[in-house]
Amino acid sequence: MKNSQFFRSTAGITLMAAALIVLPFVAALGGQAWVRILDFAILYVFLALGLNIVVGLAGLLDLGYIAFYAVGAYTWALLASPHFGLHLPIWVILPIGGLLACLAGVVLGSPTLKLRGDYLAIVTLGFGEIVRIFLNNLNAPINVTNGPQGITLIDPVTFGDFKFSGTTQIFGIALSGPQKYYYLLVALAILVVIINLRLQNSRIGRAWQAIREDEIAAKAIGINTRNLKLLAFAMGASFGGVAGGIFSAMQGFVSPESFSLIESIMILAMVVLGGMGHIPGVILGAVLLSILPEALRYGVGPIQMALFGKMLVDPESLRMLVFGLALVLVMRFKPAGLWPAPERKRESGEIQQVTAK
Amino acid sequence: MRAKLSVVALSVAAAFTLSACGQKEAPKQAATPAAPVTPAAKPELVVKLGHVAPMTGPQAHLGKDNENGAVLAIEELNAKGMEIGGAKVKFELLAEDDAADPKQGAIVAQKLVDAKVNGVIGHLNSGTTIPASKLYADAGIPQISGSATNPKYTQQGFATAFRVMANDVQQGKSLGEFAVKQGLKTVAIVDDRTAYGQGLADEFKKSAEAAGIKVVASEYTTDKATDFKAILTKIKSTKAELVFFGGMDAQGGPMAKQMKELGIKAKFLGGDGVCTPEFMKLGGPATEGQFCSLPGMPLEKLAKGPEFREKFTKKFGAEIQLYAPYVYDAVMVMADSMKRADSVEAAKFLPMVGKTKFDGVTAMIEFDQVGDLKGGAISIYQYKGGKLEYVETLGGANPVDSVKADVKEAVADVKDAAKAVAGAATAVGAVAVGEAKEAAKAAAEAGKDAVKAGAEAVKSAAEATKAAAEKK
Amino acid sequence: MDIFLQQIINGLVQGSIYALVALGYTMVYGIMGLINFAHGEVVMIGTLVTITVASSLIKAGMPVALAGLAGLSASVLVCMALGWGLERIAYRPLRNAPRLTPLITAIGMSIVLQNLAMMIWGRNYMTFPSLLPKVDFEFAGANFTMIQVIIVLVSAATMGGLLLLVYRTKLGMAMRATAQNPAVASLMGVNINRVIAAAFIIGSALGALAGVMVGGYYEIAHYQMGFMLGLKAFTAAVLGGIGNLAGAMLGGILLGIIEALGAGYIGDLTGGFLGSHYQDIFAFVVLIVVLMFKPSGLFGEKTGDRA
Repeated sequence: MKNSQFFRSTAGITLMAAALIVLPFVAALGGQAWVRILDFAILYVFLALGLNIVVGLAGLLDLGYIAFYAVGAYTWALLASPHFGLHLPIWVILPIGGLLACLAGVVLGSPTLKLRGDYLAIVTLGFGEIVRIFLNNLNAPINVTNGPQGITLIDPVTFGDFKFSGTTQIFGIALSGPQKYYYLLVALAILVVIINLRLQNSRIGRAWQAIREDEIAAKAIGINTRNLKLLAFAMGASFGGVAGGIFSAMQGFVSPESFSLIESIMILAMVVLGGMGHIPGVILGAVLLSILPEALRYGVGPIQMALFGKMLVDPESLRMLVFGLALVLVMRFKPAGLWPAPERKRESGEIQQVTAK
Repeated sequence: MRAKLSVVALSVAAAFTLSACGQKEAPKQAATPAAPVTPAAKPELVVKLGHVAPMTGPQAHLGKDNENGAVLAIEELNAKGMEIGGAKVKFELLAEDDAADPKQGAIVAQKLVDAKVNGVIGHLNSGTTIPASKLYADAGIPQISGSATNPKYTQQGFATAFRVMANDVQQGKSLGEFAVKQGLKTVAIVDDRTAYGQGLADEFKKSAEAAGIKVVASEYTTDKATDFKAILTKIKSTKAELVFFGGMDAQGGPMAKQMKELGIKAKFLGGDGVCTPEFMKLGGPATEGQFCSLPGMPLEKLAKGPEFREKFTKKFGAEIQLYAPYVYDAVMVMADSMKRADSVEAAKFLPMVGKTKFDGVTAMIEFDQVGDLKGGAISIYQYKGGKLEYVETLGGANPVDSVKADVKEAVADVKDAAKAVAGAATAVGAVAVGEAKEAAKAAAEAGKDAVKAGAEAVKSAAEATKAAAEKK
Repeated sequence: MDIFLQQIINGLVQGSIYALVALGYTMVYGIMGLINFAHGEVVMIGTLVTITVASSLIKAGMPVALAGLAGLSASVLVCMALGWGLERIAYRPLRNAPRLTPLITAIGMSIVLQNLAMMIWGRNYMTFPSLLPKVDFEFAGANFTMIQVIIVLVSAATMGGLLLLVYRTKLGMAMRATAQNPAVASLMGVNINRVIAAAFIIGSALGALAGVMVGGYYEIAHYQMGFMLGLKAFTAAVLGGIGNLAGAMLGGILLGIIEALGAGYIGDLTGGFLGSHYQDIFAFVVLIVVLMFKPSGLFGEKTGDRA
């Protein structure tokens, strides 16, 4: 029996790997825009998994997560663009970006250790805004970030001579820029998933979950809640930092408006919608929420034409409306998320039974 | 509960099939423009132009205005019926929303590249135009923006990036010159910390300080703010004679109003972002007597301006907000370049975009080597009695340039004349050409008055030759 | 010195607006422990409804004061209905769900309301009709207007009214009971569904009132105006100790004054290194410092850990 289970999981993994490899080519049939949308979806998977450590595992409501992403993005932008004339290689920048973001996580974490629930939420929100405001204004007296003008002509990811921008031929297959980034992102995302999985079942992960369920009880059984909370912030932040670096390289341009509060809220929505603390759920949430608005961009117009024969409502305004409704409906009918962790499922099921009486 | 679940499942599934449909249709549409490259087979040639502006978010009203400008241009082009390469051309507009978000800007740009558009009009904001321009450049698709004024957009070295509007440097400089001309000694500067507002305010500051004006306060707000009393109170204490605002109408209007409420006597001056009917609507009586600038000449002063305004309001039942005429021109320039190249293929007509000399609604459009509008003139306006009143046109380069244009015309006419008339007439013509050129050069170097005089001389000379050649 | 007084007045008025919106947040939070993220949107709808009703009545020839009152009552009614609807659709079914779930539905509702408002009222900025005669005052070199005085008075009166409601009426008692323990309250015969709905309806009516004040003051409205306002007001509510009515009021006014003084003096305080572009930071830094020493806000009671 053990054997067949092993066989099944290998088969499953092989199948998934094959699907992941083929996906960008399938998407490319619909145009490179879809590959780019996929890239962003995976980037969001990355971010959502990072935030999941803080919110899902340790139960700390963080509304300023985008700040770490911004730190990573600006680190890359400053170290690999004509702005300072620096063009450092990826294995220097990405670790620096991750480290700086990690540091920012500790800086945010330490004064907020005592705060709970909504108070923590508003402070982290404030922190996110503070970072954005500094990025937006640090062009004077010394020009560090170039202010609202942003930084242009940022270097793409390169390994030696292999560039991630533009099309290259590998083994006779033409790979476009977005497709190459896709594979890089998938590789990184798999790494993050593995780290997340290992963390979840480790002593640290269990301690986080203990803090999430009952902080006082966790303290009572000898868990160092202060250090562990800081660690959660630091770990989550460094993922954000690495994702930011890739974003910066992929876009070739960063400006503070990419790091607004609404982005933090979106990432939180991904985590909660998918199923807090449950890795497959979070991945699902991130993919759905990043693809849905773009899919609606393609879908809303033609559907109206097909149904009514004319455009009744501006497709652009309808798009966000449908998106908002989808958020409400999913949460309304699946309060624990689309794919919640097994324990959570049990928990919410019990509650439903109680209320049903 | 189960029934409810299935409803969700259904709606999610529906959403996906929707998207799947969209996906399938997209490549089909994309395939159409590629096919009729050989025009002989098909009598109708479909040219796709992409247009991008924010249709959602705080600047949605400007986005819609831009799109209206493009729609108007496209309809006129189709009604007129243009022929390129022997085939009748039908223009189509692919309008997209980037929500003023750089990330969405890149996705939308990629979508347009996939759809194999022949050209792109937009985007509206510099913040989205700059990252998107890289994608268009990589794909070799010409891009003309009617409103992205950040100098960086064209300075990246992309051959595909053009704009039909003066950039922030040109405008900020002219606004500074205007402040100097008013004999002001002290100014306060406010900017909204956006790429546009900060860029404009910085250029204004430079040019004002260079002329010896003292900047007594530099204050800041955001593009989402509605309350400016705190910074205005501080400005009041500095007793500045002028408040310069780098930002948009939605902040400028209330700001002018709050200045009045606080009893600030200083004048208010802003760029094109506050030169809108909206500014007046939002600022109420407080806008009376305030100044703002617009690139180019006023619509009323331009030959085709009033006509354009009439067409626009008749079609859309709305006032022109801001950039619609520029976007209209951008479409026209694109079409004109295709006509001159006799091809709708980006690779073939791109070089012709650079060589544009198009008499548009907003200006005589010519591009310099990076793709900026040549010698963009800046006009200053004053709000008087609920209307924008034209004050003067600044921007140093412009009067000289218009003279140069006249001279060039004269030269061309003279050449024609020379061809028609042989012998002695040729010699006279040549001399006239030489003189005209020299006059222009001298004029450019001397002051504006000298330019005018020189120009008049040249003009009269040109007119004489024109008459001789019996040309327009 | 006159500058200082002027900045205090600026801050007081701005703060009263924050307070008025913050009262709506705190009303709901105090009873349910839920952040009604869509409250800013309720305020926005309040403003836009007033504009539509009042402007069209004025156009029809009705006296301005009467049209203003009609606009106000219409927007209060619409917002009450909206508040009731929000509670029924987005919050009631989730009362026992994980705590973050209603936060996401609130965000979803806020997106929906914004886009609906954009479809109804369009993308353009709108002007609020001048309902009050323009009267300017000057006192010791500081200028202020009639509407500013009204805003401060209205928000103080509102807080007073709410305190009376909560501590002197039967409904208020039921509210406090529900806040302490819904299950026990329901055993004591309190219809908690009705109490919570009432809290939402009252909170939304306050939102409409706030919307009219904001519109009347700045005379400008837009379908996105609710977001920033909601955010600031929420900050104010937390600063004062969320769930506490007097705290929301004081938090709002404090935030307004901090912002005004911050914008006015930050440059001088830091030797010109920081300018008014760091205005918003000032508010958040004060918030963080306050919460470091008083983790439940200035006047908040120690709340149980619900995370």
